[in-house]
Amino acid sequence: MVLSEIEFEPDDRYHAFLTICRKAPCGDGKLAGIAVAVKDNISTKGIETTCASKILKGYVPPYDAHVVELLRQSGAAISGKTNMDEFGMGTTTENSAFGPTLNPADTSRVPGGSSGGSAAAVAAGMVRMALGTDTGGSIRCPAAFCGIVGLKPTYGRVSRFGLIAYSNSLEQIGPMANTVSDVSLLMQVIAGHDRRDTTSYNQPYRHTPDADIRGLKVGIPQEYFGAGVDPTVAELVKHAIFRLEELGATSVPCSIPSMEYALAAYYVTCTSEASSNLARFDGVRYGPAADTKKSWHDAYRDVRKTNFGTEVRRRIMLGTFALSSGYYGKYYAKAQVAKENVKKDFARILADVDVIAGPTMPTIAFTLGEKSDPLSMYLADILTVPANLAGIPAISVPCGKADGMPVGLQIMGNHFCDERVIDVAYAYEQAVVS
Amino acid sequence: MTGTPVIVGLEVHCQLDTQSKLFCGCSTDYRNDGPNTHVCPVCLGLPGSMPVLNKKAIWYAMRVAKALSCDVIHESEFSRKNYFYPDLDKAYQITQYDKPLAQGGYLEIDGDEGGIRRVRLTRIHVEEDPGRLVHMGNAERGKYSLVDYNRAGIPLIEIVSEPDMRSPKEARKFLNKLRATLEYLGVFDSEKEGSLRVDANISIAGSERVEVKNITSYKGVEKALTFEITRQKNLLRRGLKVERETRHFLEARGITQSARSKEQEHDYRYFPEPDLRPLHVQPWVAGITLPELPDARRERFMAQYGCSMNHARTLTGELRIANFYETVVAPDPKGLSAPAATWIADTLIGELNYRGISLDAVDAERFTALVRLIKDGTITDKSGVEVLRVMLDQRMKNEQDETPSRIVARLNLARTAGDAHALAAVITEVIAQNSKAVEDYRNGKNGALNFLVGQAMKKTRGRSDPGELNRMITGMLSTRGA
Ligand SMILES: [Zn+2]
Repeated sequence: MVLSEIEFEPDDRYHAFLTICRKAPCGDGKLAGIAVAVKDNISTKGIETTCASKILKGYVPPYDAHVVELLRQSGAAISGKTNMDEFGMGTTTENSAFGPTLNPADTSRVPGGSSGGSAAAVAAGMVRMALGTDTGGSIRCPAAFCGIVGLKPTYGRVSRFGLIAYSNSLEQIGPMANTVSDVSLLMQVIAGHDRRDTTSYNQPYRHTPDADIRGLKVGIPQEYFGAGVDPTVAELVKHAIFRLEELGATSVPCSIPSMEYALAAYYVTCTSEASSNLARFDGVRYGPAADTKKSWHDAYRDVRKTNFGTEVRRRIMLGTFALSSGYYGKYYAKAQVAKENVKKDFARILADVDVIAGPTMPTIAFTLGEKSDPLSMYLADILTVPANLAGIPAISVPCGKADGMPVGLQIMGNHFCDERVIDVAYAYEQAVVS
Repeated sequence: MTGTPVIVGLEVHCQLDTQSKLFCGCSTDYRNDGPNTHVCPVCLGLPGSMPVLNKKAIWYAMRVAKALSCDVIHESEFSRKNYFYPDLDKAYQITQYDKPLAQGGYLEIDGDEGGIRRVRLTRIHVEEDPGRLVHMGNAERGKYSLVDYNRAGIPLIEIVSEPDMRSPKEARKFLNKLRATLEYLGVFDSEKEGSLRVDANISIAGSERVEVKNITSYKGVEKALTFEITRQKNLLRRGLKVERETRHFLEARGITQSARSKEQEHDYRYFPEPDLRPLHVQPWVAGITLPELPDARRERFMAQYGCSMNHARTLTGELRIANFYETVVAPDPKGLSAPAATWIADTLIGELNYRGISLDAVDAERFTALVRLIKDGTITDKSGVEVLRVMLDQRMKNEQDETPSRIVARLNLARTAGDAHALAAVITEVIAQNSKAVEDYRNGKNGALNFLVGQAMKKTRGRSDPGELNRMITGMLSTRGA
């Protein structure tokens, strides 16, 4: 392996990065010499990894996440760590403890979240590709808002080892890039089994996108075009589906009744898991140190109160409540039932159709500060969380602009049919480009 | 403990003797190394690390389940037990909650009232050990505590019994039997410090149940429960109520102390560990072959070596002792099995306990030699004990250790019996010097004979056989008297 270094001196006017690696080593391989940005919740040996939280300020992991090892082995240069909502908790990247990222398409608007930094870095042309993570839409939302391509792979297709957990049962690391081909290329590098993540599957990705979608059956769920979805956005997405039909696909209407409970199931599950995952941040082993002169519980309380942001504290409280004795059955256990129902609905539909299509987000990117009450922000995740609950692959590919802002077409497929989802996105992209 | 029945149930945590930890590859052999030297991102709970299950630990736990006739359940899973404590790096312990590895089963012990007491088991599950706090100064007033994560992630098996024991003694027997069983299965080493922890539930029939936590020794269980029974009976006698509570056992003081109420309010917020898949290991059960277990070995010792019930029970009560016995008698089972049983069960174990050392300090070959010296009459029983003590002391002081015959020669302990002349001279001397006792003897006071034998033993420094001395003195006195 030939080792060299690339100089990375970007003009980070959108605040996409939390850490910039100005001299990044790279080598030979599939991604030789390509600068890849990595979301700041993915562990990078020797590079500060904060999850955009004060509680991890100064934390330099002693090990690489599995995907980062794979990036390095394939010759990529880790060019920096990107901004995000603190611990992935948000849909705008405004919840970063280190300030928001701006949308390169319109700096008065958010880039989406939580992988907003990765999306902005790609959209602004600072890097060719980036890694994001997607718990309830955190790759697809910013991809849609910034006008790039982002894939949430099938749950288990990419190792989570080294990903600082927010909601283990829902999240996946995935590729983000300007083109479907680059998303596919990055997927070739990061997918596959890792013995350190026992929820990962031995399903490597060796695919090259194929634009031939003749005979493809596309399910169009009515819930994806109902109340709350901006009509202009809905129009653009319907038009995109029409383009797919022109390419030889047929569309079939369908329904996902379990969608009614999807958002509730999602928020109960992710806050519950988060309340447990984030309990380890106590100032004893890393991050800002706890005051050792105090009793341990006072010191823990102070460190956590001072260094977690408002939204993180809110979700920890929600999750702690949902798991507490007497409420577990009412919330967490019920959420798991609802999750199973979503899974079943998708299985039923995907037995008849190859993919399901709809908008990625119900609206275009919000203006900064627009989603000030948490509930309206949670509602914006309604079209992305079902894929996480079902564990299926979902991609967002740009399908035009509304009010000058990018809109994303979302394509979801069956478990381990990431290749199919990528083909459909590729076919659409090629048809629009040519 | 007579009167109102006492009801005891135990929760026993044992470290499984695997090479690596439960969820990472770190070595479990940490006891002689510095703090935080057997750690990695996983057992330190570093952000982003994930557990990978050590199948060996599950296999070990399943051997236990099979040996105790438990049902390994079709699908078990790991859960998180959430609580904050500085020794708990992730602020949750990965354990098993509502889907444990195995349920049911039993362990049989000798009941206090004779017969066999069958103690039913509730469940068996596997979990990780937390780290360890080292308090600088005492726990209440120490200036600070240090935390060592070497122990974090060591696999534990938790065995929960039904409240089927009726006394502290039965609880102790249960523990001893359990320890023996685990050791016979090759999954546990009771001699490793801190490898066992016990929580005991105890109530006096009709009263509330008290949980005593923090018991770390076999003796401690009996002590803690005895203390609790006295405490609870005293309360009842004074017309007070026993409160349902958790108490800590303070081993050094031999008492239990109420845990702060805060600790009792813990809500552990259990939920399934999302980073591990459910276990489907039931099919493994068929592939497990069990070794000879303590009860079977006890029966065999009685049949094969002619051991008494009591000796057989003692000899098979610990794996090390049983193996040691068989090694010692192997060169000549016919000749050695009886004296070796007596010498190990009645003498050696006591000497080891007195010194607080392990059987590992005794070389089986040399012990065989010692038993032979006693058996063939080269030395007396009394000298045998002396030789054994020298052997153990040399081991303890790390001195050059000598063979038993070398010790016998150096200390001039060889039995004087062969030299009848010398012995006769000694007896003549004793008779001459103790005319009062001689007269008493002639007047029919039997105690006087014992006195004379004792005097003769003293003069031969224990090298002569009391029986022989007895015969010779009686003989001489009757001759002279005639
Ligand atoms: Zn480790």
